[in-house]
Amino acid sequence: MDAPLACARAVTKRFAAAGPPALDAVDIEIAPGRMTGLVGPDGAGKTTLIRLLTGLLVPDRGTVEVGGVPATAQDRSVIGYMPQRFGLYEDLSVIENLSLYADLRGLPPAERPENFRRLLGFTDLERFRTRLAGRLSGGMKQKLGLACALVRTPKLLLLDEPGVGVDPISRRELWKMVRDLAGEGIGVLWSTAYLDEAERCDTVFLLNGGRLLHAGPPAELTQRMDGRVFRVYAGGTGRREVLERALNLSEVSDGTIQGASLRLVTRTQGAAPTVDALQVPAGTRIAPTAPRFEDAFVDILGGGPPGTSTLAQRYRTIPQSGEPAIIASGLTRRFGDFTAASNISFSVGRGQIFGLLGPNGAGKSTTFKMLCGLLTPTSGNGQVAGFDLRSGRAECRQSLGYMAQKFSLYGDLSVRQNLNFYAGIYGLAGGVQREAIGRVVDIFHLQSYLDTNSGTMPLGFKQRLALACAVMHQPPVLFLDEPTSGVDPIVRREFWTHINGLVERGVTVLVTTHFMDEAEYCDRIGLIYRAEQIAAGTPDELKQAAAAQAGLKDPTLEDAFIALIEESDRKREAA
Amino acid sequence: MSATTFSWQRFRAMLVKESLQILRDPSTFLIAFVLPMILLFLFGYAISLDPTHIRIGIALEDSGAPALSLANSFERSRWFQVTGRRSVATLEDELTAGRIRGIVVIPADFSRRFRTTGEVAQIQVITDGALPNTAAFVAGYAEGVRASWQAAQLPQAALPVALAHRYWFNPELASRYFLIPGSIAIVMTMIGSLLTALVVAREWERGTMEAIMATPIGMPEFLATKVLPYFLLGLGSMALCTLLAIFLFGVPFRGSALGITALAAAFLVPSLGQGLLVSAVTKNQFVASQVALLSAFLPAMMLSGFLFEISSMPRWIQALSYVVPARYLIPPLQSVFLAGDLWGMFARNIAVLLGFGAVFFTIAIAATRRRIA
Repeated sequence: MDAPLACARAVTKRFAAAGPPALDAVDIEIAPGRMTGLVGPDGAGKTTLIRLLTGLLVPDRGTVEVGGVPATAQDRSVIGYMPQRFGLYEDLSVIENLSLYADLRGLPPAERPENFRRLLGFTDLERFRTRLAGRLSGGMKQKLGLACALVRTPKLLLLDEPGVGVDPISRRELWKMVRDLAGEGIGVLWSTAYLDEAERCDTVFLLNGGRLLHAGPPAELTQRMDGRVFRVYAGGTGRREVLERALNLSEVSDGTIQGASLRLVTRTQGAAPTVDALQVPAGTRIAPTAPRFEDAFVDILGGGPPGTSTLAQRYRTIPQSGEPAIIASGLTRRFGDFTAASNISFSVGRGQIFGLLGPNGAGKSTTFKMLCGLLTPTSGNGQVAGFDLRSGRAECRQSLGYMAQKFSLYGDLSVRQNLNFYAGIYGLAGGVQREAIGRVVDIFHLQSYLDTNSGTMPLGFKQRLALACAVMHQPPVLFLDEPTSGVDPIVRREFWTHINGLVERGVTVLVTTHFMDEAEYCDRIGLIYRAEQIAAGTPDELKQAAAAQAGLKDPTLEDAFIALIEESDRKREAA
Repeated sequence: MSATTFSWQRFRAMLVKESLQILRDPSTFLIAFVLPMILLFLFGYAISLDPTHIRIGIALEDSGAPALSLANSFERSRWFQVTGRRSVATLEDELTAGRIRGIVVIPADFSRRFRTTGEVAQIQVITDGALPNTAAFVAGYAEGVRASWQAAQLPQAALPVALAHRYWFNPELASRYFLIPGSIAIVMTMIGSLLTALVVAREWERGTMEAIMATPIGMPEFLATKVLPYFLLGLGSMALCTLLAIFLFGVPFRGSALGITALAAAFLVPSLGQGLLVSAVTKNQFVASQVALLSAFLPAMMLSGFLFEISSMPRWIQALSYVVPARYLIPPLQSVFLAGDLWGMFARNIAVLLGFGAVFFTIAIAATRRRIA
């Protein structure tokens, strides 16, 4: 292996003297020509490490070197850095942003036309040269951010979570571009919370809570899981109950739902869970399957949570009926002459999970907001828990629990104050309120944080608090808007254990997400693209449709997502 | 920090960027050109510190010729609007109700005393102490009316010395003449401190600061590109205000274009420095604008001698006013309009302003380090 372009040795960084360190004696190396992954959940220390490498932070202990000199004294014209928020000037056009960074990095004017042509070509931004950066979509902003970081070909490229909040298509395109650059000899550090991206890196540094858990090729870690991963083809309806039972078995360390089947990880090699232990019908197919990086990641963190949700156990049973819990019929919303959602129709039966998927700006949020009663539809109508969206808005909202993206809690109120506030706005008072708050505090282990400002809690607890606030009044319908964005896989599993449990109690769930493994938990999915619903069905049906259309063999849900959208583009062009 | 040498390429690129942002941001223009006009119109038309036609009542308790003549003088005066001659008791009610601002009582023995040599013919002036300024005006002008009436009544020989007031530089005593040059100082404070307070904070807030810091640009270079466009904008706005003052409000302009430009340029140095410092320290646009308002705008308004005379303030507030840069701009600015170029005075004030500027810039540069936390 070549000499490293950059390295950190035994680096420790603390932001608060009392708290735990953001980085604790971490070593990493970035080699030229390779994709180096920096992987870990939110708060693991990824951004801190990257900022140390840019020289914008100084370590408390240890050394950080770039190009053989301390990071603070490095030659900044040969590093490319894309911060989480891309660093673009939104009131400058695409070409003005590029020119600015070209000059700042000292690109010789003679090389400029050729470089710009190449960068605009491979980011496909040539058409948008004069468009203001603020008017670009999320995916395009990200590509422009990358182009700005690459405007003078760097030796070292640092990318801080380039995939966050971006749909799978843009994510995949970006990956391909950067991969090609690494092929040309640039050293790339790609930080991510997506474990499927980590899996494709040449080398991975796995961070958790400021500590380095693993360094080396991802396959090394994944190999440890050989013979411990099984698919259980349990069939659609009972799969949530089977998962609950499986996760409560001592020999099963982790499990998730994959469409109609389950994916289980055992503690020991080769010992497949038996039909008896899982209490599934004899003859249910249980087959070993290839391990993935995420299996190894969860395993190294000590396995997933147990399968029974205490929240669900203490939740009321929602009375069932044949009536759908959520109906959207021809929901359309226009803003001026722009149609944000066009003729969206679906219905969700009681005790089902329905997922809304789609690229950024496709119209998911608009549809979601119309169903919450936050936006009035231009035409069409809908029902939530039997109440009409137009005539029964207040009742609609009272009968749903809403968990917003980014935890819309009051960060400077304590946990107790947040709980009191949400109990109050959902109309719980007196003894009922005390009982409801006591219940969720108990279930989500919030006792020790009751008087802490919720903004300062670890992300996992914020997430629990957000769910607690949404379910305190025991609503029959739950709306989840990208509920687990940024949280680590363990917390995400715990979250879905609760949701699965609630669904078994008869709660109906509507969820939007960018995470394909979350989409796998859905009973049905509606794929929204360019304001229209272009496909609907169970996760397995979507995969089959994509397999048939694009000729893919055993596609993942992400493959299906991309294939269906590309197909829609082809039809649009043909028309 | 790496020792970065100055690069013309980087400097020009940042200047272009900053200028484009200014041109595309309507709020910059609002603050630089529309707001100054609103302020000038306010100070030019709406706010006036000159009292005219103050409503008073006269209680005429004497019916002699001198008393009637004096009452007539009050009625003819341009300062007063006499609402009628009534008894003291009725007028007191009107004063309490706020319908009049003062009562002039011409007592029953006025004419007799006036005619008797060696006696002083007194009048009584009752004013509304709840409005001290107006009360002082009423008392002062009433005395003036009485004095000029008396002068007209007596043969010249009887008055050995006649006092003649002559107000230099502002013979009409129009408050607009000193308010408008003063408000130009306020406008400059606003552009210098308020606009620049937002610029660095904005880079932090939008996450562009991090990307910029990761490029080779040096921090002093970065700050210089932030200051230069706003310096020009400030001068432009000053020119607009001056033209409006001269041609729209008819404020005399006895100095030179060079004089006012030199003053404005010198004042912009501490003003921009202060804004930059606020911005670099707060890193947040909302906080920055609040701090700029409190530390630059309000002192310039209250403690610079623009609205309130410094010499009549409590001593410790007077002491405080020495660290308000606007204090050193307003007197020379008023001079350049009303008196002419007084280079000796200008030079002293310019030197003080540049000194303030040097302090602010030094701290701002020290505070803008290539570090995130």
